[in-house]
Amino acid sequence: MVAASSTKSISVTLRVWRQSGPKELGQFKDYSAKDLNPNMSFLEMLDVVNDELTARGEEPIAFAHDCREGICGTCSLTINGKPHGPGKGIATCQTYMRSFHDGDIIVVEPFRAAAFPLIKDLVVDRTSFDKIMQAGGFITARAGSAPEANGLPVPKGDADRAMDAAQCIGCGACVAACKNASAMLFVSAKVGHLGLLPQGQAERDRRVLAMVNTMDEEGFGNCTNQYECSAACPKTISHDFIARLNRDYLSASLRSAFRPEAASTGGGGA
Amino acid sequence: MATLDSKIPSGPLADKWRKHKTDIKLVNPANKRKYEVIVVGAGLAGSSAASSLADMGYKVKCFVFHDSPRRAHSIAAQGGINAAKNYQNDGDSVYRLFYDTIKGGDYRAREANVHRLAEVSVNIIDQCVAQGVPFAREYGGLLANRSFGGAQVSRTFYARGQTGQQLLLGAYSALSRTVGAGLVELHTHSEMLDLVVVGGHAKGVIIRNLITGEITRHSADAVVLATGGYGNVFNLSTYARGSNATAIWRAYKRGACMANPCYTQIHPTCIPVSGDYQSKLTLMSESLRNDGRIWAPKKKEDRLKAPADIAEADRDYFLERIYPSFGNLCPRDVASRAAKRMCDEGRGVGETGLGVYLDFSDAIKRLGENGVRERYGNLFDIYHEITNESAYKQPMRIYPAVHYTMGGLWVDYNLMSNVPGLFVLGEANFSDHGANRLGASALMQGLADGYFVIPYTVGDYLAGQKPGSRPSADGAEFKAAADSVSAMSKRFLDTKGKQPVSYFHKKLGKIMWDHCGMARTKEGLESALQKLPALREEFNATVNVPGSANTLNQSLEQAGRVADFIELGELMCRDALTREESCGGHFREEYQYADGECKRDDEKFGHVAAWEFQGAGKTPLRNVEALNYEFVKMSVRNYK
Repeated sequence: MVAASSTKSISVTLRVWRQSGPKELGQFKDYSAKDLNPNMSFLEMLDVVNDELTARGEEPIAFAHDCREGICGTCSLTINGKPHGPGKGIATCQTYMRSFHDGDIIVVEPFRAAAFPLIKDLVVDRTSFDKIMQAGGFITARAGSAPEANGLPVPKGDADRAMDAAQCIGCGACVAACKNASAMLFVSAKVGHLGLLPQGQAERDRRVLAMVNTMDEEGFGNCTNQYECSAACPKTISHDFIARLNRDYLSASLRSAFRPEAASTGGGGA
Repeated sequence: MATLDSKIPSGPLADKWRKHKTDIKLVNPANKRKYEVIVVGAGLAGSSAASSLADMGYKVKCFVFHDSPRRAHSIAAQGGINAAKNYQNDGDSVYRLFYDTIKGGDYRAREANVHRLAEVSVNIIDQCVAQGVPFAREYGGLLANRSFGGAQVSRTFYARGQTGQQLLLGAYSALSRTVGAGLVELHTHSEMLDLVVVGGHAKGVIIRNLITGEITRHSADAVVLATGGYGNVFNLSTYARGSNATAIWRAYKRGACMANPCYTQIHPTCIPVSGDYQSKLTLMSESLRNDGRIWAPKKKEDRLKAPADIAEADRDYFLERIYPSFGNLCPRDVASRAAKRMCDEGRGVGETGLGVYLDFSDAIKRLGENGVRERYGNLFDIYHEITNESAYKQPMRIYPAVHYTMGGLWVDYNLMSNVPGLFVLGEANFSDHGANRLGASALMQGLADGYFVIPYTVGDYLAGQKPGSRPSADGAEFKAAADSVSAMSKRFLDTKGKQPVSYFHKKLGKIMWDHCGMARTKEGLESALQKLPALREEFNATVNVPGSANTLNQSLEQAGRVADFIELGELMCRDALTREESCGGHFREEYQYADGECKRDDEKFGHVAAWEFQGAGKTPLRNVEALNYEFVKMSVRNYK
């Protein structure tokens, strides 16, 4: 009933990356998906294909997904070369078959990056993002120790800007879209969110140094200002935050050179 | 028969929690590191519990089935979180939040638990702001509020339409900090498949690594389950596809009682179903009811007309008409049933006739399109992506969908189940929302349990356990549990039948929605209790799970979850059948007033039903915990 169920159904060919494990060789395999309702989501289409594969005695295509409403960041997929598919500002799970035409060949690959090792088929391991967060993506506030919330007014503009950055869903599309597989947009979003707030100032220097160092250790590349990351971001987080990250990193590095104790990164959460 | 001692402290309502905190036992700081606590799940309740317990000095192991703790479905909560801050100076107080929650729950929650929830609500906002949660603010820099259903004050804090995301990312950052500092051992891609009970106490879990298939045993001094609700029993719901009941269901089979499983929440404002391929339903936040007006055509023949062609006089703003004092902001169960009645009368809109309008044209006149976009822009975007329609130009079509489960594992005031050492937090327990949860209260409960309740109450239990006394994971109970888990996987893989797991999940969902959904009858529930055992047998005989157990195998994961859902669905129907009254989200057609409102029977059912597993194939035992209302009078809910 959405829009119109009278809409004509479509049939497409899926060219899907199949790889049974991290050490196995992978290859593209073609599957036909027939008579699809255009109001079906892309992942629902994969569900249907998987049930058909199961019925034929073949292993279904492994893909990551969970909330199916664009907020958990679990789904990935590079569709026709674009992380999260053709739509702007949405995740794969919010992509609908009405974005494709009858007879299309749709190429479906995992997010590819050295820091996201492949697990199986279209599923990759994004633990490296968690490691970056564990290094410094927080404001230390033990339960029970918080002051009265309205004791610290935050200018609305700063709060709104912090929220723009805080929307990051940690999906990794920015990395998959970047020719250097850089995680700068991801890191800059968290550094920007926390650095814009007065609560985040005490740990500002150590946060940016620790997160950037961990990003490098995890094997992400550097930024060369192509901004494919922002273009692929399902939350359209602006690359302006990368500029901010660079400024923060530079000033924290300078300060730490003169006052190393202020920016110690030791012990992750120490 | 299980002993259900609620352990509610004596004394005046407002003093109970304060008094209890000074009365319960403490663990000395040097001893804390000798205790190990397992936390399963890392949503709001699990993440906040794991980081808080770690900060206190306990050794914590946290297990999540997701690839990262940040994926838990708390992340999808849109609207907000309640707190009795009274920042709007509109007469709010801890007592009012308590009272609204008790009343909203249709007098089926424990007074003492709910009062504590209202008390700590104010600390939650402080805690989240300190962590850097970017709540909406006014131009003066102070925190902004909005209204939610079931309340006549503005006490809901929010971060655009992504409040759950921001609160979860706050809790995740706290968890990340403690993981980075080596205080929490985090295990991702790790699904709990059994609870290990030794000498009557919960002392460990069996985990399957979802990538390698490896089954591991983990012992601990206490186990905390924060694994969420079970609404996916209905297949189609607003839950994430991965949300499941396996952890709590396996704990139930190890002796933990399941309380009020029939209490499920049907959320009034979701995007209607569009086809049988559909995998999930998407919520449109209740906050939209602040500015949107819900209506259906007065005349049946208008239902397929374009909404703009239906004259103002021919529109029935039915919530405003039936409930003038709460209007569009009446509680969820009330609003859902009213929408269903309109559709049952043949006035539903859209091709299926299962929908009503949520109209923003008045709000756009008042606030301008940009004003509306500022408040709800991301929700309008979601609606557009799914339906290809602009809610700025025409009203949204909405219909109720399964959204939350108030029932869950039974816990006492300390959030400990009837199995000593097993604690249950958040949506996985049953304690705070009675028969219906008010909007913006789930986030509040998850964080209250994790940040402000469990840190105190777990110590009370551990202080009675000798440090270093936890059993070895090599013991007989651990081996038996691990073996049974492996045997179950093998059984699924060896069946090699004809039907994929999804076939059974869809079939189960239809039985549950038809017979145990928004309206229930004795006949319907009895017929479901015939169909479900047959479905279970069909599943056992004909399920097709391809692949092997020692690799990533999503069909195998899903098989275990759906097998549990089928059994749990049966218990839900049994609970709904034996509760011969209507209350909150549990609506039995036989028990209603002439105007269609719930007819409770406080005399016979003013209690918690806690079901106890008696063995496979045996009828479970219905235990009862009486609800003693000392401070509030149980009365008929009135939102008119």
